[in-house]
Amino acid sequence: MANPQEVQVQEKRELEKKKEGTVPGRVFVAVADIFETDQALTVVLEMPGVSKDSVDVRVENDMLSVEGRVDFSNYVGLQPVYTEYNIGNYARSFQLSSKIEQGSIRAELKDGVMTLVLPKSEKAKPRKITVT
Amino acid sequence: MANYNDPFEALFALQRALDARHDSDWMGESTASIGSYPPMNIFQKGDDFVAIVELPGVNKNDLQIEAKENTIRIFGNKAINYEKVASVHRRERLSGVFDRTLSIPVQINPDSIRAECRDGILSLFIPRAESEKPRTIKIT
Repeated sequence: MANPQEVQVQEKRELEKKKEGTVPGRVFVAVADIFETDQALTVVLEMPGVSKDSVDVRVENDMLSVEGRVDFSNYVGLQPVYTEYNIGNYARSFQLSSKIEQGSIRAELKDGVMTLVLPKSEKAKPRKITVT
Repeated sequence: MANYNDPFEALFALQRALDARHDSDWMGESTASIGSYPPMNIFQKGDDFVAIVELPGVNKNDLQIEAKENTIRIFGNKAINYEKVASVHRRERLSGVFDRTLSIPVQINPDSIRAECRDGILSLFIPRAESEKPRTIKIT
């Protein structure tokens, strides 16, 4: 059968902490796509259950860090009977390879997917090299 | 009972509770798919059930839900469209179609299922059938 491609379940990966947190609980790695255009670097992260006001995006020393907190107050009074995944906050950081205009980073969060557009600074944009 | 006053302790308690019920036999001998996409957790809330399904990047227009007797079918399409890509650094997100049928091992009321989709999470509120609810028997 020529079926369209089916989505597979992606097991959540737990974040390996370099430092131990002061609070217990697990943090998961947000699944990401990263691609580059001439103008910008785009990072797309899946963080189901994270709303707009509970994300932190930081760029420091060429390191991009994203943190998303889930609202687990929805789970109060619920008794699990069957579970397939665990919930927790999300975090991920990337070492950026090109210089970013920090002031003009754009972030959008829709349906649990965050899109970050990091515009490249002038000197990081590609120059066309002519062969002489 | 978990102490929900301390948010960190509450999350930790919830994570432990979710672990404890991982792959529980609540679904019984049901032939409906277990472990296919999308992943879901099922909770009991009073007499009723709540199914919480992770569907990041799925718009509610790309999602369909059908209920019949005690089965619920969730199907749709998870599309990933990037406008223009010069070079790809990482590609971890998966896309495609999904179709999952879930059989609830108790009688439910399929006409009163309520669905909510927010921040990539689908919540299904599944009421138990009236005939299933325990009745108090008066001693005469």
